[in-house]
Amino acid sequence: MKTYLLPSIKITIILLVILSGLYPLAIAGIGKLTPGHGDGETVQYKGRVVGYANEGQKFTKDEYFWSRPSAANYQADAGTGSNKGPTNADYLNKDVKGRIDTFLKHNPTVTKEQIPAELVTASGSGLDPDLSPAGAKIQAVRVAKARGISEQQVLALVDMHTEGPLLGLFGPPKVNVLKLNVALDELKK
Amino acid sequence: MNTEYLGIIFMYLATVALAIPLGKYIAKVFKGEKTWLDFMAPLERLIYKFSGIDPNREMNWKQHLKALLTMNVLWLFYTFFCLLFQGHLPLNPDKNPSQTPDLAFNTALSFVTNTNLQDYSGESGATYYTQLYVLMFLHFVSAATGVAAMMVVFKAMKDKVTDKLGNYWDYLLKSITRLFLPLSFVVAVILAFNGTPTSFKGKDTIIGLQGDTIHVSRGPAAAMIAIKQTGTNGGGWFGVNSAHPFENPNYVTNMVENISIILVSISLVFALGYYLNKKKLAWVIFGVMTIGFLIMVFPSVIAEVNGNPNIAHLGVSQPGGSMEGKEVRFGPAASAYWGVTTTVTSNGSVNAMHDSMMPVSGIAQMFDMMINAFYGGVGVGYLNFYIFIIIAVFISGLMVGRTPEFMGRKIEAREMKIASLIALLHPFIILVGTSIASYVLVHYPNADWATKPSAWLNNPGNHGFSEMLYQYASSAANNGSGYAGLTANNIFWNVSTGIVIFVGRFFPIIGPVAIAGILANKKFIPESAGTLKTDTVTFGVMVFAVIVIIAALSFFPALTLGPIAEHFSIK
Repeated sequence: MKTYLLPSIKITIILLVILSGLYPLAIAGIGKLTPGHGDGETVQYKGRVVGYANEGQKFTKDEYFWSRPSAANYQADAGTGSNKGPTNADYLNKDVKGRIDTFLKHNPTVTKEQIPAELVTASGSGLDPDLSPAGAKIQAVRVAKARGISEQQVLALVDMHTEGPLLGLFGPPKVNVLKLNVALDELKK
Repeated sequence: MNTEYLGIIFMYLATVALAIPLGKYIAKVFKGEKTWLDFMAPLERLIYKFSGIDPNREMNWKQHLKALLTMNVLWLFYTFFCLLFQGHLPLNPDKNPSQTPDLAFNTALSFVTNTNLQDYSGESGATYYTQLYVLMFLHFVSAATGVAAMMVVFKAMKDKVTDKLGNYWDYLLKSITRLFLPLSFVVAVILAFNGTPTSFKGKDTIIGLQGDTIHVSRGPAAAMIAIKQTGTNGGGWFGVNSAHPFENPNYVTNMVENISIILVSISLVFALGYYLNKKKLAWVIFGVMTIGFLIMVFPSVIAEVNGNPNIAHLGVSQPGGSMEGKEVRFGPAASAYWGVTTTVTSNGSVNAMHDSMMPVSGIAQMFDMMINAFYGGVGVGYLNFYIFIIIAVFISGLMVGRTPEFMGRKIEAREMKIASLIALLHPFIILVGTSIASYVLVHYPNADWATKPSAWLNNPGNHGFSEMLYQYASSAANNGSGYAGLTANNIFWNVSTGIVIFVGRFFPIIGPVAIAGILANKKFIPESAGTLKTDTVTFGVMVFAVIVIIAALSFFPALTLGPIAEHFSIK
């Protein structure tokens, strides 16, 4: 056993130093050069940090674009999905249906068939920062009315904040909800 | 939607394009030829000197296994005690508590074995010390263990080799210094520049735009996420893994991470071809694996893109497919593609919640883990495939009346016994585990435990059964993904999956290494007209048939009760 145990202990110690000590420190050093300095990129409004660009937030007021439903209630230290299966009748008929009804109540000009499913289903992380362009635009009438501005103005803002597919080729387009809502607030002043 | 399809097609093609040169490079490293990473040599010499290891001492297969098992037992103890006392150890800015003994038992086994089933959430259940010095450390060394074991088998397959099968420490160290560390470094830097945190700062507290107080978990995550993908580990920094917007911030990182998931596993197949100078055999193996992989990808992608009929019945539209449990920035196609890549390779990281995916995806993901050899985990995927090759050689030999030979060695009763046992062990532990859990759930729903069995499942009916079946399939395959709705952090699940994980890791390593070692000691018979050719399409079909028959016969009944029944219940 000694032929194997002693070298095992020693190589474990030195690998701990290299892999667990030096490697993450080197990455942390390089991380300092990134836009968020390795702490995560923040979004500011009126000189105050109002959130992290990559982490979704809960928006309930009519004057803001709503983020997707979240099983974690947007707690950024305890993200989770609903983990409800596609045939879970309880979940579909209570939770999802409830979200549809709430959405229709707050957006009376919208019909049920126009609601994209992402607005009534919970995201994987519970912290989804994005909406699809369709998911944002469907809320434009409500937001415009609540703010007393024109729908065109709101839609233009959505277009401005829409990020297309990567290189125009890969993946879905998206809109960052927090940045969009900050832009709305900036419009006001 | 088209850009979503383009995204996954590009990912796959890029993976193969990178895997071929990487495979060539890996073969060179282990043949001891010159490579551009030779500047690591002084560091390696220093490590050998410090550890008192002579990298040139040749070992036989038994010595290899002794070294492998000694190290793994050592890591098991180290991990268990660190997790048990992590609350008192340094680098704990969020003041997270220590793990309970059953959770530490499960986590230790799970990470030592490259499984990374996580019954805790990284934000609250681990500290920066245990994330880096225990879990990420194991990401590296457990991946290297798989590659080292595979290298023993590669070496044993060489012509005229007997019992001098290289040095275990050398294989282990070189797969870290020449493969996993450089690769992870590149991936980690890409992640860092796309927004994944790297600093050691703890939680941040901010007031959101609408006035809510928000606590944001952070930490040096990029370093860990990189090796989690390249080493087919899958254990993430955050609880929701690569669905988390810090762990996987955008489509670029999603591509890089997803390519990393299968890159090394595929390149090791090509490495075999270059190492043994049998490129045709490598292409046959790659072909069989790829067909198995694609058969799983197509239905899953189509099912997720088409959306959930039950959601359609509620009257809303599904332009973005089935979005429950998915993230907008990835979309349904990339989520389904990830789901299959992560289950074929025993990686187990997720970018969407598998529990909420369509039953067709569930069938694909579970079947992937039940076969566990289409690409497979780094090193161990090939070891599993090797078992199927041995069985296929034997059966074909009997069918055409030729002596079953592989790589110039006769396959006889002893090797076949080992191969059969290993092939049957996998269904045995999955099905027995699921049966026991189902039995307990049905007969003792209100047993007086901290978590009553009646509270285990998050979904009723067939999907609930799938949650249990998935958990054991994932444990046995050392995958580590889960139907996360299952309440798994309690004694029953921590202990039972811990045992399944252990058995599912070490026997499938010991078996192939033993077979290869025994074969290497047999007389080498040069190829002749009477030899059964193994580098042909015919033989590829044979191996594929063996895999499908073993897996289909073993698992079809269980799958019928779970995702297959659920699929047909959707109207």
